Amino acid sequence: MFRAVVMGVSTGGMQALKRVLAPLPAVFPLPILIVQHMSPISGNGLATLLDQLCLVRVKEADEEEVINAGHVYIAPANYHLLVESDGSLSLSAEKAVNFARPSVDVLFESAALAFGPSVIGVILTGAGTDGGRGLQFIKAHGGTAIIQDPADAEAASMPGYALSLVVADHVVTLTDLPELLQKLAALGPS
Amino acid sequence: MENDERFAIESDLLLEAIYRMYGYDFREYAEASIRRRLTVWLAGSGFASLSEAQGKLLRDRALFDQFVRGITVNVSEMFRDPLFFRALREQVAPRLKTYSFVKIWHAGCATGQEVYSMAILLQEEGLGGRYRIYATDINEDVLDQAREGIYPLQDMRRFTENYQKSGGRRDFADYYTARYDHAMLMPALKNDIVFAAHNLAVDADFGEMNMVFCRNVLIYFKASLKERVLRLFDRALLPGGFLCLGTKETLENRQIAGSYDELERGTRIYVKRYL
Ligand SMILES: C[S@@+](CC[C@H](N)C(=O)[O-])C[C@H]1O[C@@H](n2cnc3c(N)ncnc32)[C@H](O)[C@@H]1O
Repeated sequence: MFRAVVMGVSTGGMQALKRVLAPLPAVFPLPILIVQHMSPISGNGLATLLDQLCLVRVKEADEEEVINAGHVYIAPANYHLLVESDGSLSLSAEKAVNFARPSVDVLFESAALAFGPSVIGVILTGAGTDGGRGLQFIKAHGGTAIIQDPADAEAASMPGYALSLVVADHVVTLTDLPELLQKLAALGPS
Repeated sequence: MENDERFAIESDLLLEAIYRMYGYDFREYAEASIRRRLTVWLAGSGFASLSEAQGKLLRDRALFDQFVRGITVNVSEMFRDPLFFRALREQVAPRLKTYSFVKIWHAGCATGQEVYSMAILLQEEGLGGRYRIYATDINEDVLDQAREGIYPLQDMRRFTENYQKSGGRRDFADYYTARYDHAMLMPALKNDIVFAAHNLAVDADFGEMNMVFCRNVLIYFKASLKERVLRLFDRALLPGGFLCLGTKETLENRQIAGSYDELERGTRIYVKRYL
C-alpha cells in the first residue's frame, strides 16, 4: 500500500488544485500533503476555499497532526511542512529553500525518508525549480514520480525542471491526474 | 535504504554523545527537521560522515558551538506576525500597565529581533523604565548577535512593513541608524534587556514572570520535550501572566492547558488563570 501522496505546485496552483482534488471521492484511500508556493491566498485561506469545492477534507497542516486517508493537508504560509515516519506532521520556520518557504523539496525529502517506496510525488504547474530535487530523492528511494505535462501547465518550468532530473513514472495532464491517483492508490507500489 | 539507516544510527549516537559531553539535549527534537539540519550541516562541514565528525565535536568546543548554530533554526524577524503584535499592543499592554513593574522572559530569542520589537512596543505604550526583559537562547553565537542589535539593512523594509501593520505609532526609521549595508538599532532600546544563555531542555526556570514569549521554538521539539518546557513556563509565570506562542503552536492537548485561557482565538496569547 502507498502511505501518502505529496504534491508541489506554484504559479497557477489554485486552478490546478481545484481540478485535481475536486474529482476525488471523500473516501480517497490516501492522505495528500501539499506545498503551494506564495499566492494571494495561501495556507488557511486556500485550504478553506478548496474544502468547499472538494469531497475530500482539505485543511491547513498543524504540527504533530497525524495524517489520515481522505484528508488533504496544505502547508501553512511561511512554514516548511515535513512528515515524520510515524505519519505525523512537523513544521519548520527555517529559511527559504529554492527561494521558497514552504518548499516542495523539503516536504518531498522528508516523505521519501519517512515512507520510502510507499509515496507518490507529484509536481504540478509552477515557475522556478523547486521540487525537482525532491522528486529525484523520492525516486531514489523507490517511490513513484508523477509530473504534469509541461505543455499542459500554466507555468512550465517547475514540471520541466523535474522532467530534466527524473525519469517520471507518469507524465499527465490535469484532466487525467485524478483518475491516475485513484488507480495507483488502489494498486499500491509496484 | 542502507544509507538512511546508517545516518539514523550515526545521528542517534552523536546526539547521545553530545548530551553526555556538553549537556545539550537534542535527542527529543522532532526527527524530520533535526535530520534535515544535520544533513545540511554535514554537507558544509567537510566531514564525510557524522561518525567522523563526532570525535572532533567531542573535543573542539568552537566546532561544537558552530555545530549548534548549524543545526538549530535561528531565523527571526522584527514584529513577525504583525497581528500578534497588534493584539499585544491593544489587548495586553493596557493590562501590563496596571502593574508597577513587569518582568518578561523571551525564551529562544535567537538574534533578538522579537526582543527589540517588544521593547519598542512597551516604550510606545508608556511602559518605558517599568520593565525588564530576560532574553535567552541555547546558542551563544546568536546571543552575541542579539546583544549587538545590528541587522542587514535590506531586512528593514520588511521590518518596517511589519511594524506599521502591527499598529506602530512612529516612523520606524527613528529606531535605527543605517551604516553601509547594516542598520544599528538605537542603543537606548537595549536598556533593561538582559541576554543570557539558557537551555530549555535541561536548565531550570526563571521565576515571577508576567509574560513568557516562546515563539517558533516548540515546533522543533517532540511532544515529551514540549511538555517539559511548558511546565517550566507554567512555573515561571505569575497568575494573570501571559504565555505567547508562535502562530502555529497551541496549548491544545497539553497538560497545562487547563490553567490557561486564550486571550482571543488564534492569537496564541494565553492568560494564566488565578486559581
Ligand atoms: C526560530 S528561532 C525563534 C526566534 C523568535 N522567537 C521568533 O519566533 O522569531 C528558534 C530559537 O530557539 C533556540 N533553541 C533551540 N533549542 C533550544 C533550547 N533547547 N533551549 C533554548 N533555546 C533553544 C534556537 O537556538 C533558535 O535561536
